[in-house]
Amino acid sequence: MSEVKFSKEHEWITLEGDVATIGITKHATEMLGDIVFAELPEKGSNVEKDGTAGVVESTKAASDVYTPVSGEVVDTNQSIVDDPAKINEDPEGGAWFFKLKIKDTSELDTLMNKEEYDKFAKETSS
Amino acid sequence: MEIKKTSLNKLHQSNKAKFVEFAGYEMPIQYSKGIIEEHKFTRSNSGIFDVSHMGQLFIYGDESLTEELEKIFPLDLKNLKQNCSKYSFLMNEDAGIYDDLIITKIEEGYLIILNAACKDKDFEILSNLLGSKFKMNLDNNRSLIAIQGPKSVEILNSIINGVDQLSFMTGNWFDSDNQKLFVTRSGYTGEDGFEISISNDKAEKFVENLIEKGAQLIGLGARDTLRLEAGLCLYGHELDINKTPVEANLRWAISKSRLSNGGFIGSKKIMNQMQDGASKIRVGIKPEGRLIAREKTKIFDDTDKQIGEITSGTFGPSVNGPIAMGYVDKEFSKVDTKILLEVRGKKHPANVCALPFYKKNYVKGVN
Repeated sequence: MSEVKFSKEHEWITLEGDVATIGITKHATEMLGDIVFAELPEKGSNVEKDGTAGVVESTKAASDVYTPVSGEVVDTNQSIVDDPAKINEDPEGGAWFFKLKIKDTSELDTLMNKEEYDKFAKETSS
Repeated sequence: MEIKKTSLNKLHQSNKAKFVEFAGYEMPIQYSKGIIEEHKFTRSNSGIFDVSHMGQLFIYGDESLTEELEKIFPLDLKNLKQNCSKYSFLMNEDAGIYDDLIITKIEEGYLIILNAACKDKDFEILSNLLGSKFKMNLDNNRSLIAIQGPKSVEILNSIINGVDQLSFMTGNWFDSDNQKLFVTRSGYTGEDGFEISISNDKAEKFVENLIEKGAQLIGLGARDTLRLEAGLCLYGHELDINKTPVEANLRWAISKSRLSNGGFIGSKKIMNQMQDGASKIRVGIKPEGRLIAREKTKIFDDTDKQIGEITSGTFGPSVNGPIAMGYVDKEFSKVDTKILLEVRGKKHPANVCALPFYKKNYVKGVN
């Protein structure tokens, strides 16, 4: 599996062959608070880089989930829809959101590595 | 304008509060455990809420004050016993609500608890109505602390002996730590609890004492989910100047004895609506599934006609599902009526339901 990359919208992404797994970062879940609702893109649909590809809601507010790369949705994680609290518990592991079959792996090049993201998250939240 | 802070601000900080601005005050929205944990702790144990941003208006006077206040509020104040409280409204001539409030008869006159965002305007309105005949004090030197949940009576009674004798919606002065506290058995969470009016310089130590006895600080986030589960209105959401108490389904708060003769501000409209019914009414709403419908969500019938709007909506931690309140046209207000909620461009099924979503645990007593 490839190195984990991060977007400015607080998504993480890993690549295995041409299939990317995408979720939201731990930092994002800490900002959102208790997550009580998740909506995922439909399997078989196509999503565009930086477009909305889902929604999470905390007790306080709703937030869009964006996709950091373009592709076809090949799998979604129904377990986080059934039990959204899982997103707070294991955001960068078991609580992934969706998998995309991607065409252009170079879209990942503009994303941040862990060190860059941690710095970005720290700067933008203070 | 500089943001105002309550006397507990430092204590909130040291308890790792996340702050928001609310009605010009820096208030804790949540602490480190988060809204759901705080909500559940209040339901099972004892939560402490800093509600010092709310207005504590003392109005001093005798029977002539009671007479003047009856011209304003839809209450039978002449028959209200000393130390008893009533929920009421400050209205305009069209029965539009300026504020909802709790009024308590005290020995010296009345104590009225007002919403933070409304208190200065309320003071102005009441000053104009009452003239200079009665001394009025919107007391900024006192903090207001609520303690709510099943263990609150035991915890508070261990600090202020005798509060366990108070019935629901009554209050009294108590002596504690060389000062006079005004304690009422009331609250806004659907749980048994108290509100304590205490001088600012003693508030922090008092709350630290409550924490030592096992109560925990709870933020405004959980206060909102708790009151919504209890089916209670929040000013600026369920209530505002364009809504009347009858539309808000709060007929019970209007004293029956005042309905025959009126004589309070807004009485004409209230009496008409009581008789003919209001064209829109506040109801409880349960979306099907897990969908959350927030404030301003449009409500439709199955012919695509808009029939109302959501005023508050969230996830109810004790109900373990989404809950909402809103206004619908009268003919759609019956329990179990199927309605549709438009969220993110799609219509989702929901049902009108009875309030509260969560059953109350108030202690029995007068009222």
